[in-house]
Amino acid sequence: MRLRAGRLALYAVLITMMLFYLMPIYVLVNNGLKSFKEVSLSRMWVPPQRVTLESFASAARRLAPNLWNSVMLVVPAAIVSSFVGSINGYILAKWPFRGAGVIFPLLLFGMFIPYQSVLIPLVRMLQWAGHLFSLRLYGSIAGLALVHIVYGIPITTLIFRNYYATVPTAVIEAARVDGAGLGRVYRDIVLPLSVPAFVVVIIWQVTQIWNEFLFAVTITSNPAQQPVQVALQNLAGSQIVEWNVQMAGALLAALPTLLVYVFLGRYFLRGLLAGSLKG
Amino acid sequence: MRSTGDRVLPFLIVLPSVIAVGVFVYGFIAWTVFASLTNWNSFAPDFSFAGLRNYINLFDTPRFLIDLHNTGVFTLAFLIGCLAIGLLLAILLDQRLRGEAIFRNVFLFPMSISFIVSGTAWQWLLNPSTGVNLLLESVGLGALRSAWYTEPRIAIYSVVIAAVWQMSGFTMAMYLAGLRGISDELREAARVDGASEVQLYRRVILPMLRPVTVSAVIVLGHISLKIFDLVFAMTGSGPAFSTDVPGIFMFETTFRGNRFAEGAAIAVVMLVMVAVVVVPYLIYGAREEADA
Repeated sequence: MRLRAGRLALYAVLITMMLFYLMPIYVLVNNGLKSFKEVSLSRMWVPPQRVTLESFASAARRLAPNLWNSVMLVVPAAIVSSFVGSINGYILAKWPFRGAGVIFPLLLFGMFIPYQSVLIPLVRMLQWAGHLFSLRLYGSIAGLALVHIVYGIPITTLIFRNYYATVPTAVIEAARVDGAGLGRVYRDIVLPLSVPAFVVVIIWQVTQIWNEFLFAVTITSNPAQQPVQVALQNLAGSQIVEWNVQMAGALLAALPTLLVYVFLGRYFLRGLLAGSLKG
Repeated sequence: MRSTGDRVLPFLIVLPSVIAVGVFVYGFIAWTVFASLTNWNSFAPDFSFAGLRNYINLFDTPRFLIDLHNTGVFTLAFLIGCLAIGLLLAILLDQRLRGEAIFRNVFLFPMSISFIVSGTAWQWLLNPSTGVNLLLESVGLGALRSAWYTEPRIAIYSVVIAAVWQMSGFTMAMYLAGLRGISDELREAARVDGASEVQLYRRVILPMLRPVTVSAVIVLGHISLKIFDLVFAMTGSGPAFSTDVPGIFMFETTFRGNRFAEGAAIAVVMLVMVAVVVVPYLIYGAREEADA
């Protein structure tokens, strides 16, 4: 009998906490589904009397170009940085050279720094690259993608290195005895084994780059080139946009990574823990 | 058995990444430190040497001192909130419950959305004339109504609530991974020795989770020392700079005020704060691996 009361209390605590975690999403959905006439501060928690997609349509119209910018940013940047991480991780795990033990922690430090400490020269360099080589890096999605690829090297290298450390060295030694070099071992043995690690890293990078704000707001000043988080910040900070539209917009900006989480949460969690725990 | 090519080639393959990080991380940090020592405080670059004047001015600026204080308060409250809630949720979820996956997924989902989105949502939730205050009233807890981020004395804690909402599930996941690594045999052995459930946790399990706590403090701590987006989206500097943090001050000084040398000095102070937390951790990790 005591046991059952304990269980009941346990579930009561967990359900209360669950409601707390869902509160912001409820508010975004609930008010996003109301029309401008119906939305009011005093009725924030009351469900809409008439469900309408007006707010979402309006938010989508305003954010569509920026959502597309984010897609054009995230897809290439996530794919390229995964391959860079895979190759680095393979070398560091299976072909360690002298000095690798020093290089690795030096690389890792790059994922902890406050990006403010590189921002001024970064912006200058992107502008110079524009003047010198007529490359449109400053203010463009391409420049932002480059930035995310470079600053993604530490985390992607870390995750792949730890993953490849679990691949038995005997497998690789056997291939080398058969005359396979570094490249062929990677292509024929390591790469086919890498699918789970690629899934983890791509999901991690997609989420990070989609959600990133500081680089985006400093590097893309032209609204037409801005990723969705910057556009959302402008929308939500605007006095003239109705707040039901702001809430619908916030949900639209969150939706892609939310869906990734809902369907691939297992891999998302692995990336999360890989980024925080060694091994 | 290795040929010369086998020895040089691995290094050459990693070299482009090493150079990229060398330039974009270490080179740019060096450049920022250099800029912080110049007189470049208008739109036109001026690289004449200013010594430590920007730093001296900075530590004489009330706003910056408020920022450091806010960062301290925020970091402490954020760490305590995340560790306490994260540990509690992990222990509760470790009780072989039905529906564990559902709870776990709900607690963790805020990690997948951006600080800008959560800042937008929490700005409405903690708006004094609606949101949480309405909710408190409707359940008879009207006495707990608060001015939240409009009241300078408590404004920073409003941001803490949003940040804990976003990151406590992650802390839970770390603890849960740690708990799952503790064998059932060990728990059974403690029970056979007559330990109650509370004793089991206090004497056996919590001490074993200490490494997890260390990792969590490093990860959460470095996030909170450089927090920017969440504050930017939710409250900005707040009334009387009550929610201002160095990240916001640096951004405004540099990119709104064109005072680049001063902005660089703020950035260097932020870097030093983060490095103090992270560098010992990285060195420790590297040593441990070298020993293994």
